[in-house]
Parts: sequence; C-alpha cells; structure tokens
Amino acid sequence: MKICVLVKEVPDAAVEKRIDTGSKRIDRSGEKNLNPFDTHAIEAAMQVKEGGVVDVEEVVAVTMGPESAFRALHKAVSLGADRSIHLTDEALADSDVCATGYALAKVLETESPDLVLLGQQSDDGECYTIGAVVADHLRMPSLTQVIKIDVGEGKLTCERQAEYGYDTVEVDLPAVISVGDAINEPRYPSLKAIMGAKKKQLDTRAIGDVGIEADRVGEGGSRTSVLGINPPPPKAAGEIIEDEDTNETVRKIVSWLDERKLLA
Amino acid sequence: MSGILTYALHYEGAFNKNSLGAVSEGARLAREIGGDAAVAVVGGDDLTDELCQSLGSYGATKVYRARAPEGLAQPVVDVMAQVLSEEGYSYALFGGGLLGFEIGAGLTARLHAGVTMEVTEVKAQDGKLVAVRPILQDSAIVDVDYVSEPGIIIGRLNAFEVSADGGGAAEVVDVGVQLQEHSTRARMVQRGEQRGADVNIEDAATLVAGGRGLGKPEGFDLCEELAGALGGTVAATRAVVDAGWYPYAAQIGQTGKTVAPKLYLAAGISGAIQHKVGMQSSENIVAINKDPNAPIFEFSDLGVVGDLNKILPKLTEAVKAKKGG
Repeated sequence: MKICVLVKEVPDAAVEKRIDTGSKRIDRSGEKNLNPFDTHAIEAAMQVKEGGVVDVEEVVAVTMGPESAFRALHKAVSLGADRSIHLTDEALADSDVCATGYALAKVLETESPDLVLLGQQSDDGECYTIGAVVADHLRMPSLTQVIKIDVGEGKLTCERQAEYGYDTVEVDLPAVISVGDAINEPRYPSLKAIMGAKKKQLDTRAIGDVGIEADRVGEGGSRTSVLGINPPPPKAAGEIIEDEDTNETVRKIVSWLDERKLLA
Repeated sequence: MSGILTYALHYEGAFNKNSLGAVSEGARLAREIGGDAAVAVVGGDDLTDELCQSLGSYGATKVYRARAPEGLAQPVVDVMAQVLSEEGYSYALFGGGLLGFEIGAGLTARLHAGVTMEVTEVKAQDGKLVAVRPILQDSAIVDVDYVSEPGIIIGRLNAFEVSADGGGAAEVVDVGVQLQEHSTRARMVQRGEQRGADVNIEDAATLVAGGRGLGKPEGFDLCEELAGALGGTVAATRAVVDAGWYPYAAQIGQTGKTVAPKLYLAAGISGAIQHKVGMQSSENIVAINKDPNAPIFEFSDLGVVGDLNKILPKLTEAVKAKKGG
C-alpha cells in the first residue's frame, strides 16, 4: 500500500497574518511552518503503517507551493514520511481552490496512491474543501473530518461527527480521507529524524512534469476573483460590570437579560 | 443561465434549520437576479411530496428530488451536477455544515467551478452574486465574484436567516440519476449515533458555555443548573472537552460547532479566536470571567468581571425567581 499525505506550508501562528492590498492575496512571507492540522494526517499515516494490518511500502508527503515550501516537506519527513514531492511552478501562483485541487490531483495521479490523507483545514486559507475537490478529480470516494480509521482488506471503516451525531462509514480503497485533529496526538520528531530529513528523497515537479494544463491553474485558471478586501465592521464595546456586591451584580444581569426579552 | 439551486439536508423526515436558512436565502437572491429558486433534495422514502412541497413556504419554487443514499456527499454531487448542467442554474448554494462543504467542493471539481466557503453574506450586483467572506480568522472580509457559471457558494453555518414568509407548495420534480462509480464506493454503516450526552447545541436559543475558568469538571454542574433555569443547553470550549470535562458533541469553535443562539452566556471562557469563530454571530453575548483582560470582553455585549462560583449559583436562583414570578 502507498499512502500520500497532502501537506501545506502556512504562516506560523505566532506571526501576524497580513493581506497584501496590492495583489489582494494573503501575504505569505515571514515565518512559515507545516500546517499544524497536517501533522495529524502524517500521524494517521504512520499509525496505519505501524498498525500491522496492511503492509505500507511508502508514505509520501506532497505539497504545492513556492520554493520555500520545501521546509514543510522536511518537517513532514521528520515526522515519518519516507520521501516527498514538491509541486512548484510560477504558473501556479494565485490558484484558487478549484485550480489548486486540480493541480494536486494531477501530481497524485503520477503516484497512484491507495490512500490520500490530509488535514481537515489549513490554518491560513481555511479551505476545508481541498480533499473533496481532489477526490472528485481522482474519482475516489472521500470523507472529511474523520476521527477514527480502522483499516481492513481493501477498505477503511471511518468514524466522524456529522450533522446528526456520529456516522460510521465504510470506504473502499483507493480513497481520499481528511482527518480531524481529534484523530490522534501527533508525535514529536526526534532530533535524529530532524537531522536526517534533508537527506531523504525530495522530488521537485513543474506543471509540465505532471501534465497540468497551464490555462487551468494560476490566476488565469481560477474561477473566482477577489473584488475587494475590507476590515471587519467594528463592534461597539459592551457594558462591563465589576462584581463587588454579587447580589447587585446578579440583579443587573437579570434586568439586562429581561430588557432584551431573554427570560421569556 | 439563471436561477439558484440550493441544497437542503434532511434527516428522519425533517429539513435542518441551517438548510432552511439557505433555502430562504436562495429564494431572496433568485428574486433579485431572476430565475427559479430551486432546491435539490436527496434521500429515501421520507422525502414525501408534502415534505418537498413545504419548502415553498421558505420561497422555493421548484424542488428536484432524487432517490439515492443519504448522509454522504458524493451521490449528492452527482445529482446536483446533473441538475445544474441540464437546467442551467447560475449558482449552487449551501448552508454550510459538513455535507455542504463536501458537496460544494465536489461540484467545484466536477464542473470546474469557482467556490467560496464560510460565506456570511451574499450580495446581488448587476444580476450576479458576490460572496462576502471573512478570512484570516475574521481579521479581514473579502468580496469575491465568479468569473464563470455556475458559482458555488458555501455559507458559514447558520449564517442565513430562516424566513418562512414565502409562497405556497413548491413544484416537485423527480430526477433520475446514474451515480458515478466512485460515488457508490462509500457506504453508511451507522448514521447519527449519539455519544456521551444527547445534546443539540446548534438549534438551542440559549447556550451556557463553560471553559477552563470553571476550574474543575464539577464546575459544569453550575452551568447545567443555570442552563436549566434559562431553558437552555450547555456547551463547552475545546480546552475542557480535550480535558475530558464535557462531551465533544457540545464543543464550540473552530474544531467544533458553530452556533448563533439568541443568548450566549460564556462562563470562564477567555475567548480565544478558535472559540470566537464558533459563537460570534450570537445575538447577545454575556461573558463572566475573573480576568478583566480576557479577550472575550472585547466582543461581549455584557461583561461581568468576577468569580463564577459566587455569581452562577445566585444568578440561577434569580433567573428562577424572575421566570417563576
């Protein structure tokens, strides 16, 4: 079995995120890190590999992004991936969800994975959607926000929390599964693994290498366009009560609620 | 092309509130840009004529009904892709939620269509729709338009108001769909299993939410008593769910549920952004916290700086007395 894990480089949570008002895109400069949600996907891959139910030959980390994104791949490899692939091309800049999902699917096609894993969302663009986009291009079944995976013969039994409670769904392989962060507690890489990460195979691919049509990616291939960016509307500061006399505080809270007809 | 096709999710013979909000919003927008306010429903025998027609009261003019497995996204992608292509709708609209995201994303790939998600407002401009969505944890708001049709709009959960002042019965059209091979390769084994507490925080009008500031798991007793007095439900932050103080089903925030009750009373919650995104649309936010610098006071309507253990029991008694009187 071969598992591909989609990962993404995102601005470090500790760094304030900015919008470039010229290009209307997220300013992705500054400190970068592996999307924290993706570490759960790598951990899930490692648990399938180490679980012994199926024989996993390889775990391959795959990313699309600018040159600097190799750092996310190094992190992914230090967490256990065997090798990595970096899709990077000027033509991919400013791709929207539609274009990004298509491009990632084209890279994955060249690997023919039995299982594609990814995190439930990315920390910057908040695209909960990439897994389902990739799956439809690959014509694979797909589930998102999975919190438990049991591996069987040619299939997975997955659990997730859906609109009406917990669902248990059986999915035939090959499949695309986005995992929720409740699925596991990612391990910390060992110092040895961090040091060794740079030595593991990392293949760089341009769009022509994987058959991506240039007119379907980048700004020109995107199907949405940002008209404008605005600050959020300011919210008027609320009333504050400092609790000195609790009976009086409670009386104020109750009358505040009552005025708004919240005690009807 | 014209008109809007909205997806409505149902379970055991009823549509969910979030979907009815999307249907209402689709109807409002279709009145502005022209064309049908259509709805797609997918499922089994509980999708009766009466149930489908009832969407007319939320403004739907036409309901496409397909018989296919429920609770999974990919069969719905097949149905909606077919209806969108054959009937020529300009936009597909979703209320958000797990399935809405998955179906919308699948359609994006299938139809090579633009998609926006976590949309909080949709504007009609020059016969087209513009999706408004907060990004970067709500620190900026972008207006997005579509360069081709159809456009896929996935709302933030409960962002669209339910409006039942529409018309009469909607026309019901049965659609025969041949499912794609990959859409049959996932099977529901068990749906809607309730674990831990049987709570439905998304539909509650009043929520009393507890956080780390409760100090210990037993602190939730105070929340439950207050929620009982207010006629509401108890919710929790991720920190306390992870700590095992309260069930995951009650979790609010980025990795839990998004709620917008009439009253949200936050007890011992600091108001980190991951929590804020799940509850900031609440109509009235009351926060009780002993830390005057807690971020939650920046977006609460009434903030109380004080000790929960003193305030909550007295508040419960006072609410009971007020409601009893």
